[in-house]
Amino acid sequence: MSDPQPEPDVAELGVPVVEVEDLEVNFKGRVGFFAGLLGRKGFDAKAVDGVSITLYEGEVLALAGESGCGKTTTARAIMGLLIPDAGTIRYRGEPLARSRRGLRGYRKQVQMVFQDPTAALNPRQTIYEIVAEALRIHGVPGGPDAKTEEQLVARALSRAGLRPPERFYLLYPHELSGGQRQRVVIAGALVVDPAVIVADEPVSNLDASVRGEILALLMKLREGSRISILIVTHDLGLAWTVADRVAVMYLGRVVEVGPAEEVLQRPKHPYTKALLNVVPEAGGTERPILQGEPPDPTRIPKGCRFHPRCPVVASGRAERLGILNRCVSEDLALEEIAPGHDVACYLKGLGEEP
Amino acid sequence: MGRKYLARKTLHALATLAFVLAFNFFLFRVMPGDPVRLLARGAATHMTPQRIAEIEHEQGLDRPLPQQFVVYAKNTLTGQFGISFVTNESVTSVIGRAIWPTVLLVGSATLISTFFGLWAGIKGAWGRGSLFDTTSLFGSLVLYSAPEGWLGMILLIIFVGTFHWFPAGQMSSNTGQTGIANVLDVLSHLFLPCMTLVLGYIGEYTIIMRSSLLEVMGEDFVMTARAKGVPDRLVRRSHAVPNALLPTLTLVFYSFGFILGGSVIVEAVYSWPGLGQLTYRAIQDLDYNVIQAVFLLFSLAVIAFNLAADITYGYLDPRVREA
Ligand SMILES: Nc1ncnc2c1ncn2[C@@H]1O[C@H](COP(=O)(O)OP(=O)(O)OP(=O)(O)O)[C@@H](O)[C@H]1O
Ligand code: SF4
Ligand SMILES: [Mg+2]
Repeated sequence: MSDPQPEPDVAELGVPVVEVEDLEVNFKGRVGFFAGLLGRKGFDAKAVDGVSITLYEGEVLALAGESGCGKTTTARAIMGLLIPDAGTIRYRGEPLARSRRGLRGYRKQVQMVFQDPTAALNPRQTIYEIVAEALRIHGVPGGPDAKTEEQLVARALSRAGLRPPERFYLLYPHELSGGQRQRVVIAGALVVDPAVIVADEPVSNLDASVRGEILALLMKLREGSRISILIVTHDLGLAWTVADRVAVMYLGRVVEVGPAEEVLQRPKHPYTKALLNVVPEAGGTERPILQGEPPDPTRIPKGCRFHPRCPVVASGRAERLGILNRCVSEDLALEEIAPGHDVACYLKGLGEEP
Repeated sequence: MGRKYLARKTLHALATLAFVLAFNFFLFRVMPGDPVRLLARGAATHMTPQRIAEIEHEQGLDRPLPQQFVVYAKNTLTGQFGISFVTNESVTSVIGRAIWPTVLLVGSATLISTFFGLWAGIKGAWGRGSLFDTTSLFGSLVLYSAPEGWLGMILLIIFVGTFHWFPAGQMSSNTGQTGIANVLDVLSHLFLPCMTLVLGYIGEYTIIMRSSLLEVMGEDFVMTARAKGVPDRLVRRSHAVPNALLPTLTLVFYSFGFILGGSVIVEAVYSWPGLGQLTYRAIQDLDYNVIQAVFLLFSLAVIAFNLAADITYGYLDPRVREA
């Protein structure tokens, strides 16, 4: 398994809020009823297979990668929505409890924003009920400048850009536009003043015209607060716009992580580079150089899991550089190549660009 | 609820009703031979030729088809269904006598099976894969596929034939008791046919409720609620079940429409003096007027309950309410 993450430069990265270490999540393979009778077994999918990432206070971390690489599964494990098969998740140094009761305090601190706001809102609740729900579970905070439930709901709605808030109280989700619905979801998360927001593809189900607004809204949340945001996306362009740091996942692992400008402008992993070439650039579209079969988490290749599709291998460069043997047979972990920039690729020791 | 929605659904119901009326008319005219003569060969052999002619005239059967239809429509819409050829009573009072036993029998069976079916469906889906779930699913499938007549015979053999716990048939012992004693007597007669129907219906309701809830449980808003820390019990009560109940209740409502016509076999097995038995006899005796009226009534029930289901759905689902 991968080595523990190198000690972060605390001065630069700040205080770790959520630390994920060697996370593994498997989904049991299912077979048909009759195949099962014949004693056949399905292949287990190693959706997440040794992910280590840290979310620091006040930062936006993008978790990027192709469809099926395990981003959502990682996010759900962080939310405590599924029980990992291995690894630990710590919140401010404390490992997550496994019981519902033990997770309660955590659930107030970490809120989730889903991809499809229509599906994420109970169609039979009014906007007020939806936004107030977390308050009713976790209680309205007391104290000298205590507010009523209604004041807090109103504040969350306005923070999410739904103004005047009272106008939305009695509406149902179907009466709002897609963008407004996502704002309701965000208001429902904000109402308890969370420390962390986990947003899984928060704009990919929205009209192109409102994507920018919703992203701007998420970014604005950081003004005057130390909230941390983990944003899951398959879109590196989006990661580039919003994120301070980017973690690139491939087949259940993080293969490169670092500051957004570093990772996206000077990628050190052949996979990141290939992904970037898929992003259409202004002034001409480069052809994607990613070929080969899409990755299958039930059959993870030996060695570097990217080797069947790696252009460095395909072009014969790996062989010339004498790393081919290791590429195809030796598993490898993330290693630091520059402060805060980690890569899992045999090229890095050679000072070679991907 | 939106007026448009209501108007559309009502219009739909009326159109269906008009179709049923027309269908009911033609069905009985296109059958070979004319109905009254057909009948005269059946149970009503006691009728004199004059009587037959009289009836033919009353029902407009001696006139051309379009005129017959006018007479039929007028009679039907004013509730004149003629007389039963078997008992010589008016069809309205024959049906009036038979309808309450059926409503009692099928109504109680429907209520009981809905309640326990939904309960088992919810409990099963929520604990998917548990012993309760697998057992109740298996039981539901067996009951769902078991013919009602067969279930009725089995209960009859066990509880009447072997244990003598319950009376064998009819609706009461006809010993002229009153008050509590009478109620208890009817209940003891009601028990077995009612249980037969409950067993017949409950599987379907369990399966529908279970699959509907399983579907809702996979939705993002249920996961959102969990992620917010909403306790399991509350996730079920305020998010999952209300959304799963709606489609299920609509289906249950639709099935209410069939309750008047749904107990023919069970009523025959237990000699329950309801509409089912009336229909069964009327078909055997070719009691044409009764068949026609009962057929109309069954259709009317289906149409009415469909409309009621649509209205309830519209009332309960905010998405439809505004439309
Ligand atoms: N509940 C599940 N049961 C079985 N397999 C699952 C389940 N959820 C995810 N998987 C599998 O795990 C792998 C990772 O899925 P995940 O949803 O985490 O990917 P993702 O990176 O979020 O992809 P996308 O961009 O398509 O959302 C996929 O191969 C998927 O098929
Ligand atoms: S380790 Fe080898 S196969 Fe893997 S990305 Fe680097 S060069 Fe390609
Ligand atoms: Mg996903």
